[in-house]
Amino acid sequence: MSRSWGRQDAATIVAAIVLIWLMPLLISTYTLTVLVIYGMLALSLGLIWGFGGILCFGQAAFFGLGAYTYAIAAINVGESTLPMILAVFVPALFAALLGAMMFYGRLTDVYLGVITLVVTLILFKFVNSSAGPQYVIGEARLGGFNGIPGFHTLNIPGQPDEYIWGDALYYVCAVALLAVYFLVTWLLRSSFGRIAIGIRENETRVSLMGYDVRARKTILFAIGAAIAGLAGALFANWGEIVTPGLFSLGQSAEIIIWCIVGGLGTRLGPIIGAAGLAYLKFLLGQQSLIDNTLIMGIILVLFVLFLPKGIVPAVASLWKASFGRRSGRKSARRRHMRRVDSANG
Amino acid sequence: MAETVLETTGLTMRFGGVVATDNVNFSLKARELRCLIGPNGAGKSTFFKCITGLLTPSEGQVFMRNQETTGWHPHEVASLGVGIKTQVPNVMDGLTVVENIWMAARRFMPSKEASDKAQDVIERLALGSIAKAELGRLAHGERQRVELGLVVAADPWLVLLDEPAAGMTAGDVDRMSAIIDEMTRTAAVVIVEHDMQFIRSIASTVTVFHQGAILMEDHVDKVMADPIVRNVYLGKKA
Repeated sequence: MSRSWGRQDAATIVAAIVLIWLMPLLISTYTLTVLVIYGMLALSLGLIWGFGGILCFGQAAFFGLGAYTYAIAAINVGESTLPMILAVFVPALFAALLGAMMFYGRLTDVYLGVITLVVTLILFKFVNSSAGPQYVIGEARLGGFNGIPGFHTLNIPGQPDEYIWGDALYYVCAVALLAVYFLVTWLLRSSFGRIAIGIRENETRVSLMGYDVRARKTILFAIGAAIAGLAGALFANWGEIVTPGLFSLGQSAEIIIWCIVGGLGTRLGPIIGAAGLAYLKFLLGQQSLIDNTLIMGIILVLFVLFLPKGIVPAVASLWKASFGRRSGRKSARRRHMRRVDSANG
Repeated sequence: MAETVLETTGLTMRFGGVVATDNVNFSLKARELRCLIGPNGAGKSTFFKCITGLLTPSEGQVFMRNQETTGWHPHEVASLGVGIKTQVPNVMDGLTVVENIWMAARRFMPSKEASDKAQDVIERLALGSIAKAELGRLAHGERQRVELGLVVAADPWLVLLDEPAAGMTAGDVDRMSAIIDEMTRTAAVVIVEHDMQFIRSIASTVTVFHQGAILMEDHVDKVMADPIVRNVYLGKKA
């Protein structure tokens, strides 16, 4: 078992390296960078929703929080290493507190959605109305609806003058996504991840087995927020400005759509869904014939109606049906026939 | 004299004006097998839920191995080494039988040992042919059996089963009695059950509930012969 996993991992790394190397030939690295970042953001929700069963309507809150944390810290510190670390830990801590409140309060799905949604709205409203000079953290002004521009962007650790930007930023983001992907893979194979999937399947049973479901959900929620925070910090570096729009409901909804279209319960699905839809939006944005939100809406409706499991699971089952273990299926059918025969006889 | 593993004193549960269980004093010795019976609405399941932590009793206490567990959460009760099976089958539908049982064992041992334990349980409960199948695809009787496997995998010293034989075929019920028989070698077992045939087949001490209180407590044959119990079940006036 472990050997086949190893082979699969090696194949993933090779495929990823080839993709990272080839994609810039097709799409500009500037666009690719943001697609990769959205992929990471979608993976964060894909982890907690697809494997933990926690439908969070406010994943954008952690994304925005990561971006703002980075920007504010970078202005105060004047280099990028510590702000990057803070951008992961601040959203994680915030999510741990929020999660503990929700899960220990025994909130069910719908209320959980409402609360995460409202938290996103509160952050949006707050940041949006923080234009006055009194809203200052250290040397950083929050800037209200104008956002925060002009912060120190990503540099090589320890060398504040060696900026990482352009092509280099793309490679950093892509490798970061690969690292996060393997972190998620490792997590899902660990006991913690397997039990998290159990919680998704049947919370009552897992608690009757003696596991503290509340604590486990809180931890998973915080891990998801940490990944979203990292994506937010990278986004801040890509855009070189952070604005309240990061916390918007549109952003939150989009993450959910990425996951649904790409395929829940897979690691690759959300990434593909995010990159694919974001690129489509980018292409549609270049024309003015049709409103692109309309097309996004149509795509979501079509997927929910005709491909409710999403792209990746559909492709996987198609692959299995046409190439995978043809002989195995035949023998199963033969066995079935035999059983029918004996039942009739 | 065997140790008392489960005891309730004055256990009362009210839902608004309805008293579902009324001042129940119950005790169970180690490795004892006890069935709880009674007509619908007698308070058996409410009593069961109060013990397992799914409900918090309005009054009274629950003790397990002399430790008070009143108002504990189900996961805390289960962590003590109490195996619980609820009335509605509670299994993880999207996962395989092996994964389900592994998870139950993992709570009390490292991952590797839990895998061995899962194989062991699968052999003991004759689940080998469906070990790799997803729970959602299995028949009701098989699901019930897997759920018992989840209970067995944790090596409990107290087992609480709510209607384990409900909706099962005769063959399944026989197999179920054999498993329960094996459980009583290491654990005290409480079974809430309707099926008199099944209770006779495992022949044990029976506690009869009626209108939230304990009506009588005796061996199954005596209970069945008792005119008051017969009237309660048939709905006649005593």
